[in-house]
Amino acid sequence: MHQKPFHIIGIGVAFSPNLKANIHESARLALLFKATLVLIHVGEQSDQKKQELEEILQPFTAQNLSYELVFKTGDPVDVILSTSEEKKVDLLILGAVQRENFLKYYVGSIARKITRKANCSILLMIKPSVERITCEHIVVNGLQDQKTEQAISSAFYVGHTLGASKISIVEEISQQEVAINVDDDKSLRKATIVKERIKLREETRIKKIVNEIPKKYLEAITINSQPIFGKRGYSIGHYAQVVRADLLVMNAPTKMTFWDRLFPHDIEHILTELPTDVLIIQ
Amino acid sequence: MSPKKNTFKDFLKTVPKNIFSGFVVSLIALPLGLGLAMTSGAPPIAGIIAAVVGGIVVSLLGGSYVTITGPGNGLVGVLLIAISSLGINDAYGAIICSGVLLLILGFLRLGKLADFFPSSAIQGMLAAIGLIILAKSTHIMFANPEFQGIPLSIGSFTLFEEGSVLALLFGIPKTIIGTFSYENSGLTYAALAGIFSLIIMVFYPKIRNKYLQLVPAPMWIVIISIAFSYYYEMVLNLPNPIAESAMIPAIPSFNEVITDLPEISFLKIGQFGFWSSVFALTLISSIESLLSIKAVDKLDPEKRRSNVNKDLKALGLATIGSGFLGGLNVVTVIARSSVNVNNGGSNRSANFFHAFFLILFILLFSTQLTRIPLPALMAILVYTGYKLASPNIVTKIFSIGKEQLIIFFVTLLTTLKVGLITGISAGVFTTLIIHIIINKNFSLFFRNLMKPNVLMFKEQDTSNDYFLSVKHFCSFLNYYKLKDKLDAIPENTDVIVDFSMCEFVDHTVMENLNNYQELFAKRGGHFEVIGLDMHGTDSKHPFALRRILPIPSLLSNLTRRQKTIEELALDYELSYESNRNKKIHFLEDFLFFRTKKINHTYNQLSDDSNSIRLFDLEFSEGEFIAKEVVRTTMMYVELNHEIPEFTLDREGFLEKVYAFAGFEDIPIENHTDFSYRFYLLGEDVKAIQAFFNDELVHFFESNPYYHVESNGKALLIFGKERLANIKEIKVIFDFGKRLKKVVQQKNILKSTL
Repeated sequence: MHQKPFHIIGIGVAFSPNLKANIHESARLALLFKATLVLIHVGEQSDQKKQELEEILQPFTAQNLSYELVFKTGDPVDVILSTSEEKKVDLLILGAVQRENFLKYYVGSIARKITRKANCSILLMIKPSVERITCEHIVVNGLQDQKTEQAISSAFYVGHTLGASKISIVEEISQQEVAINVDDDKSLRKATIVKERIKLREETRIKKIVNEIPKKYLEAITINSQPIFGKRGYSIGHYAQVVRADLLVMNAPTKMTFWDRLFPHDIEHILTELPTDVLIIQ
Repeated sequence: MSPKKNTFKDFLKTVPKNIFSGFVVSLIALPLGLGLAMTSGAPPIAGIIAAVVGGIVVSLLGGSYVTITGPGNGLVGVLLIAISSLGINDAYGAIICSGVLLLILGFLRLGKLADFFPSSAIQGMLAAIGLIILAKSTHIMFANPEFQGIPLSIGSFTLFEEGSVLALLFGIPKTIIGTFSYENSGLTYAALAGIFSLIIMVFYPKIRNKYLQLVPAPMWIVIISIAFSYYYEMVLNLPNPIAESAMIPAIPSFNEVITDLPEISFLKIGQFGFWSSVFALTLISSIESLLSIKAVDKLDPEKRRSNVNKDLKALGLATIGSGFLGGLNVVTVIARSSVNVNNGGSNRSANFFHAFFLILFILLFSTQLTRIPLPALMAILVYTGYKLASPNIVTKIFSIGKEQLIIFFVTLLTTLKVGLITGISAGVFTTLIIHIIINKNFSLFFRNLMKPNVLMFKEQDTSNDYFLSVKHFCSFLNYYKLKDKLDAIPENTDVIVDFSMCEFVDHTVMENLNNYQELFAKRGGHFEVIGLDMHGTDSKHPFALRRILPIPSLLSNLTRRQKTIEELALDYELSYESNRNKKIHFLEDFLFFRTKKINHTYNQLSDDSNSIRLFDLEFSEGEFIAKEVVRTTMMYVELNHEIPEFTLDREGFLEKVYAFAGFEDIPIENHTDFSYRFYLLGEDVKAIQAFFNDELVHFFESNPYYHVESNGKALLIFGKERLANIKEIKVIFDFGKRLKKVVQQKNILKSTL
């Protein structure tokens, strides 16, 4: 199977209160994935900034972290996108914003634009922390889509690297798919049977995908296949929140037009309401 | 799937029972149909036509099982306006058009329409309809049909004009007083017949006589009044003392109904009034039918689920037919349906037989029916109206919450003053405004209205329960989303609905969930609602609306409890902090928290050295489904020397919890009472036995029970697994301080030795 390991990890750096936590998180990931870390700062280069960053990175350089600092002025979206392309970044890390007074997170306008346009995988982090918090439970999207196979195998790759203990593969079954309106007992029985059938079909499909994943990634991970009934793209986030997952892995959207933003679907739902850390696989 | 049954044979077996229950229902339907039609301002036969057409069409084409269809109470108000403003012929046109709309609603699968209205608004609307019926029928019952009520105006502002519902209601006492001074004795007799009938209606349910109960109360009224008139005519050879004007006007014979079809006019189809009547008729008849179907399904002994949309289509078709024959709207009616169930009706054939017997009555007794005095018939409606607008409803709604009462009265008064459609819209609008005010948050509703906020999945572990999680808010606005999901679950399974991510749940939803709970329980399933513990409510009623109360972070916005704690802090010279505190590491090595996740502490009281801390604590227990957030008040006492690790609680309380961990109760020598009353455990038995000296044992024995835990360096003390009130806080604080003293003293003694 096509496997795209993360060799170069990029992160946009702003001198915000979250700076230390963001860098710690990404540096830790870089070490785990044995990748090079590229820190992209949109702004003038100065010795003071450089010094501050190096200071934060100090504990990781001690563990042989290879990193690169990029300073560039311009439009943040353009700079980050062009730099990540230039440096061949495989995984770009973006921080989310917490809505005031709410325990809800959403993706800021810049990060959202980057997410839509980027050609690499993206990790949206809601709660970066200086201390390491282990990633226990990963929820991955199992929709019938060409990109799903890759999303699932990446989830196992990431889960294996981060030492996750459980991966839930979620298939969202929409009402259209069931195609039977429940009116009375008879139609209810029919709908229940159809649902059961769809569930079995989905499970076989997922099993097939999982079977093709290299065995070494499956070690010590409990696999859980979970069909859910709800709106495509939205309900998976809700599910991840319900089971208190640590990471949600999604397919990248195929294309994004003006209408997609107006009538949000799939990934757009997740961007307005981040349930947990989200990894978007390209 | 269950094996296929011989349905026709089964059906034949049930026929005798259904014939009987159809007959009993027709006994009620006959007087009620006549009365409802007359109150609506239509010829009395119109009500019977509606019942007959409805009974035949809906029993053949409908999707429900034990419902009875016919003219409905709810429509009286709308029909009254339609007939008085459009004239009877155009009113028939409006009825036919509303039938077409109902048919369309059925095809568009809008059976969920009734879910979009807040229940308090519907209650208000029904009460208004009850008052309309009362206003109209009371005067006729007292043989004063021409009375137009007492108009009232303050200065130039007219509160209500002559002939309006409020004026009629306001005039009821005047009519009652007037009864004593009728010049025409025929009218006095008529009023007496009305009052006597009302007495029958009121006291009939209270009489427990099986022969009397064989015939329903309305039919007794009919039988007695006909017998009365025959008695005068045949035995006394006198004319009926009740005035001719107070009798039911001529009822056409069956042939006349078929041959003399009323003139149906669509001349006013271009007018606004015509369409507002059509919409009001459609709205009320669909709401009344849908609510009735829902209620009747709960009564069905065979626990079948009605196909609402199919029923709507059948009702639409029946209304069209009824309109063409000169009948009223056909709706599903709750009272007659429940009589049907009680008398053994088990399928749609009962509805059919009820129609059949009505035809039979008209065929055989159409002349006898004119012997019924109108006041007697109106007594049935006065009773119905009173039940719809009974003061009990107000007290019931008040117990749910004050805000529901506002919604109720806004809907009620607007409906009476302006009209049904305006009334229900005002109710919906008021509900929305109240929800926004209560939550002080407009964006919660605006931002999340269109979001698919309900997630459903079947748990993959052994339990195979259905789990539903609801996000953001759940009110009448988006209840249909939850309902759609719930309806797709077989009722004999286990369902868990989790609201822990939902910030606001309204009364409509709570009430509907309760209905589901009953339904699942009846059909062998289990329906449970979780995650509402964190939600606050203003009343103790189980259906009260609930919302998440944020913990105030500003000092100025403290709750009463917090203010008292603040005072207490001043009093005891402690420092008080109401904010959430995430620094909870100091608690983590206590045995109690080994299986629990601590979220944060808040409302912390501490002394200068920070060695004594008293705080509210939020922790979560269990995982996922069983996850429960617990808030409790605890005290933490830091010691300046090492003591053995132990856990102490009252006997019998902890044993079960800790038994699996391999701990055993540690006996203390010479203190059997202590060992008997307390459960003490820990790893280092010898050290603990040495630590619990006489003084410490006496201390525990003579003080209230607390859970006391030591992690070697500090003590954790708490009472119940809930937040403590101020009194309890004082007691626990005192206990902790004294315990600290006792433990420290021991140490001083030991070091001096």
